[in-house]
Amino acid sequence: MRATSSTYSSGRAVSDNSYRQRGHLTLSLVALIAVMFGFGYALVPLYDVLCEITGLNGKTASTAATVIEKPDPDREVAVEFMSTVNANGAWSFEPVTTRLTVNPGKLYTVSYTARNELKENRVAQAVPSVAPGTAAKYLLKTECFCFTEQAFLASEEKQMPVTFIVDPELPAHVDTITLSYTIFTKNKL
Amino acid sequence: MTSHAAEHHDEHHHGPEKGLKRWLFATNHKDIGTMYLVFALAMFFVGGAMAFVIRAELFQPGLQFVDPGFFNQMTTMHALFMIFGGVMPAFVGLANWMIPLQVGAPDMALPRMNNWSFWILPFAFTMLFSTLFMDGGAPAGGWTLYPPLVLQTGNAFPFVILSVHMMGISSIMGSINVIVTIMNMRAPGMTMLKMPLFTWTWLITAYLLILAMPVLAAAVTMLLTDHYAATSFFNAAGGGDPVMFQHIFWFFGHPEVYIMILPAFGVISEIIPTFARKKLFGYSAMVYATASIAFLSFIVWAHHMFTVGMPLSGELFFMFATMLIAVPTGVKVFNWVSTMWRGSMTFETPMLFAVAFVFLFTIGGFSGLMLAIVPADFQYHDTYFVVAHFHYVLVPGAVFGIMAGVYYWLPKWSGNMYNEKLGKLHFWLSTIFVNVTFFPQHFLGLAGMPRRIPDYATQFADFNLISSIGAFVFGLSQLLFVYIIWQCVRGGTKATDEVWEGSHGLEWTLPSPAPYHSFELPPTVR
Repeated sequence: MRATSSTYSSGRAVSDNSYRQRGHLTLSLVALIAVMFGFGYALVPLYDVLCEITGLNGKTASTAATVIEKPDPDREVAVEFMSTVNANGAWSFEPVTTRLTVNPGKLYTVSYTARNELKENRVAQAVPSVAPGTAAKYLLKTECFCFTEQAFLASEEKQMPVTFIVDPELPAHVDTITLSYTIFTKNKL
Repeated sequence: MTSHAAEHHDEHHHGPEKGLKRWLFATNHKDIGTMYLVFALAMFFVGGAMAFVIRAELFQPGLQFVDPGFFNQMTTMHALFMIFGGVMPAFVGLANWMIPLQVGAPDMALPRMNNWSFWILPFAFTMLFSTLFMDGGAPAGGWTLYPPLVLQTGNAFPFVILSVHMMGISSIMGSINVIVTIMNMRAPGMTMLKMPLFTWTWLITAYLLILAMPVLAAAVTMLLTDHYAATSFFNAAGGGDPVMFQHIFWFFGHPEVYIMILPAFGVISEIIPTFARKKLFGYSAMVYATASIAFLSFIVWAHHMFTVGMPLSGELFFMFATMLIAVPTGVKVFNWVSTMWRGSMTFETPMLFAVAFVFLFTIGGFSGLMLAIVPADFQYHDTYFVVAHFHYVLVPGAVFGIMAGVYYWLPKWSGNMYNEKLGKLHFWLSTIFVNVTFFPQHFLGLAGMPRRIPDYATQFADFNLISSIGAFVFGLSQLLFVYIIWQCVRGGTKATDEVWEGSHGLEWTLPSPAPYHSFELPPTVR
């Protein structure tokens, strides 16, 4: 604006150097802003890494584990099964077995029953969670319906198996593990 | 501290442009500061009208006036308008007016960007306001925009995200301007540790904004792509995690609460020495305390989410880090009180607001300490105790800081003294009724009344009635504030250059009203 420029040219002697300094500082601040925007996104992988290292959040692996059976007949751990339907998604979703006493190091298979309550084809995704969260990495699954999306025809009912093993390394103070699945409707995209 | 009175070069003086062009194309820091302040005042009344709806509905148990969905829109919009439209622009307005005057600079460093950062705001808030008339209504999931609830917003959703982006861009540009001005345009002799505290607190605030606002921008962009581009940042079905949003949001959100209070600390640190007629006690301690608070604000975010499920070690870390903030804050309160100690104090309106700030902000600080205690927080979380806490630090904290600053510098801006009798009346009405409004909310929260609900059990009726009456009178008495400003701008007793007997600093060496162009020749600071 005219008033401003004349202020500089007439009154205060502002050297080119000062303008250059202002430009440099402005640019470095803009760069800092870009870095912080990126940092916001970097928090996403950081969050996952942190959860994985600390075993927080009760997340189990999303792919099948390869295990060798080495049953420990002297130790018994109770495994409880739960189910939740997300956002009133019109699914019937129940564990067939709600509680099972297992020996660590031995494979077991249980199943969940899921029924599509709508008269249209839909895709579901089940998301597991383990409590206590620190036990999650000791619950290894060789097969699980949660590894992939599950397609359902209209009103279809399915038995969905999960095969798991409790790692004998499970800390001694844990005597009960709760495995919970939440079923989500995946929109047809 | 200063030498030269302002020097005049009348032959070079260009007055302001005539008419609307003066404001649309404004690059003068005083014009832009005025626009920011007027805009903030308008937004206070819009946000206040929303608070009026909330308190009217909560006047009695049962549903009287609005349906619960609209009530939730009111709580959400009240917060967004007050935080991003009221408090933040008001402080940017004060910064625009005062920082060049306090450091002896002719204007802000980047005047055109300054124009842009202001003019984004009216568009952002028009857009946000327009969501009230959209299908599905305004956002109603709380100002924290937690998914998955916020993803259920109707047509308003993309408009909310875009307006939040615009507010962020505006305050980021404002901060760049503040930093570049302070770093490059100080008068000769004005070393960093000679800068007035308002300038210091704003410098630190500007850095907080630059570090925190882009993270909010990232978080809301993720919300947008989760909704429209089938990403799954916060969608568990796709491998994301809604709790992660809370972490990212509060990584921005906690620095944000200091963004709203640090400049108020600066204003109070200017006012108390003036009216105690003493130098500020422990100037450098004040600077370092402010910087410590700013640093700590980045490592305490999870205290907003103790109840989401966190390991014990995490809860302990965030509890102790949060309590640590009480130390530098305590230093500040101690120094304000020590500045008053044995000062020859007078109690003009700015000083009254400043003293009330020290007292009432400290109450809000103490309830914050209570909330930091993890086991106690499990009971207090999402109750009216939290509402009482953050309103104590924001209303008799940040807002009183703004009003104190306006009364303090208004004679310098307008050249006229405001009406002291009315100013005092405004102060007493505000101070009494802000407490009538918010103090009973502590009791409601401790008794278990949840926040963000339009109806409540009858046991909470009495305190809600008191709180609503307080809110109505507090809100209406702010009309007096508008009248006092209007009256002062129109005319009145002429202010001297010093304005206040004990005033100190470069801004008081200028004539009142401050000329359109000031410090064209830099003053020398010894």
